[in-house]
Amino acid sequence: MLVKRDMERKLQGEDVLPREITDYGVYLNRRAFMAGAATLALAPWGREASAQGKLQPLQAAKNPAFQAQEALTPYKHVTTYNNFYEFGTNKEDPERLQASLKTRPWTVQVDGLCAKPRTFGIEELLKFPLEERVYRLRCVEAWSMVIPWIGFPLKDLLKRVEPTGQARYVEFTTLLNPDMFPGQKRGLFGFSLDWPYTEGLRLDEAMHPLTLVTVGLYGQVLPNQNGAPIRVVVPWKYGFKSAKSLVRIRLTSGEPKTTWNKAAGNEYGFYSNVNPEVSHPRWSQATERRIGELRRRDTLMFNGYGDQVASLYAGMDLKRFY
Amino acid sequence: MSHPVRVALKAAVWIGSLWPLGVLLRGFMTDDLGANPIEYVTRTLGLTALVLLLTSLGMTPLRALFGWSWPIQLRRLLGLLAFFYVCLHFAVWIGLDHFFAWRRMWEDVLKRPFITVGVSALLLLIPLAATSTQGMIKRLGGARWRLLHKLAYVIGGLGVLHFLWLAKKGRTTPYYYAIALALLLGVRVWDWGRKKLAPHPGPLPGGERVSQTKPSPPLGERASVRAGPLAVRRGLKE
Repeated sequence: MLVKRDMERKLQGEDVLPREITDYGVYLNRRAFMAGAATLALAPWGREASAQGKLQPLQAAKNPAFQAQEALTPYKHVTTYNNFYEFGTNKEDPERLQASLKTRPWTVQVDGLCAKPRTFGIEELLKFPLEERVYRLRCVEAWSMVIPWIGFPLKDLLKRVEPTGQARYVEFTTLLNPDMFPGQKRGLFGFSLDWPYTEGLRLDEAMHPLTLVTVGLYGQVLPNQNGAPIRVVVPWKYGFKSAKSLVRIRLTSGEPKTTWNKAAGNEYGFYSNVNPEVSHPRWSQATERRIGELRRRDTLMFNGYGDQVASLYAGMDLKRFY
Repeated sequence: MSHPVRVALKAAVWIGSLWPLGVLLRGFMTDDLGANPIEYVTRTLGLTALVLLLTSLGMTPLRALFGWSWPIQLRRLLGLLAFFYVCLHFAVWIGLDHFFAWRRMWEDVLKRPFITVGVSALLLLIPLAATSTQGMIKRLGGARWRLLHKLAYVIGGLGVLHFLWLAKKGRTTPYYYAIALALLLGVRVWDWGRKKLAPHPGPLPGGERVSQTKPSPPLGERASVRAGPLAVRRGLKE
């Protein structure tokens, strides 16, 4: 079986077999890549994921419209290589320190310019019709992953509170709690981000069907290091736009202040759409490294979701509104 | 310093310096280099190079502070090991990170300040490594050789700048390296000022302390007997 699949892969070059798209039992053996070999190997990701044990499985229908035609990034890498400064600035910190985050009880306040502001308990949010979608995640640091998320469109949540005509933007706020998030304690030099972490989208971006409120990945509830218990995923923007561990979603009339924009406005714009043409001041965004691959690949405009989202930005100068 | 002690010190430097490379090789063999191995390897090689560079820059201040002569004997070895790691760091950037995309790399050198200073540091290290032999010291003459090798401080500064500029906001580690470099430079400035104030040999007010005999520093590894304030108590012999 293994040999057969390996042969099929070889015959098809780097293409992914259609049935592998939903098969967690496949990953790219990094060592083989490091050795420069074209061999591909298999590993029991399904078993590994469930061997992580404590996470609760999550039922979700696979949405056939959102299955990426690419190999999934192994669960191990998705859950050990994270930018989540609330835990610390190293990629390993979130996984190492995740246990301090308690995700029950948890509520999300949805308010601002809407007719029916209210607070949702996490149990209620988990009862929204959940679907699995495979999205590419492109980090602003020029690496990327392919992740099977579980969630529901943000628009379904926003409709419940009935945004008013004045609402133009949506602001997301991450939990502020230095006991649970050691990275929110002030460092030796006092350098830190301005907590709580806030992010934002224009209302039409927030209402776009691709924008996903996310509660799980790889068939389970979100691991803490990936933004448990609830986050947003905006696949055509750099990863930091997809705020984690949300406690508040607020509808506003003005553009929300966002954390990275406040920290370094010339590096992280409000829009931060994935754009190979617009460099980060310190590195090019033209290419990226897919986690698990040796060679860089070209970065796609809007992370490859241009056919669905480009119309949102018709007539806009995306070099100016980076 | 006796021969066995010198050998032991050098062996310790070799082992300590090559340890990070060993860890990387082991990680490679056991497929344990994390989710982004190229980034991890690049970072580890660069960090080790910077640590070795700053350590080599720390040898002269150690002598100035404590009057020890043994640190000077390790300076060249540490510098060459730093150069070795810088070369590996650079090779990984070229061969693995960018896969010989020369045009793209050249654009980065021109447009990205942190890469500009990094590549500058590498280029400046080459003449230092090339003139590290006894023969080259003789050929250049001590004065010129010492002047050339003052570049090590410039390179240290470029290395720290490279680290500061590549790091995202919120990361504090690069600042520790900047502080370490500032301290090392500070000791040198202090030492220089001390000698300026007391340029002539002879006893200082305070009795026991003896000032510098001659302001001419040693060549290479031998004859490193410039005394620091604690030198008398430790004895001036090697």
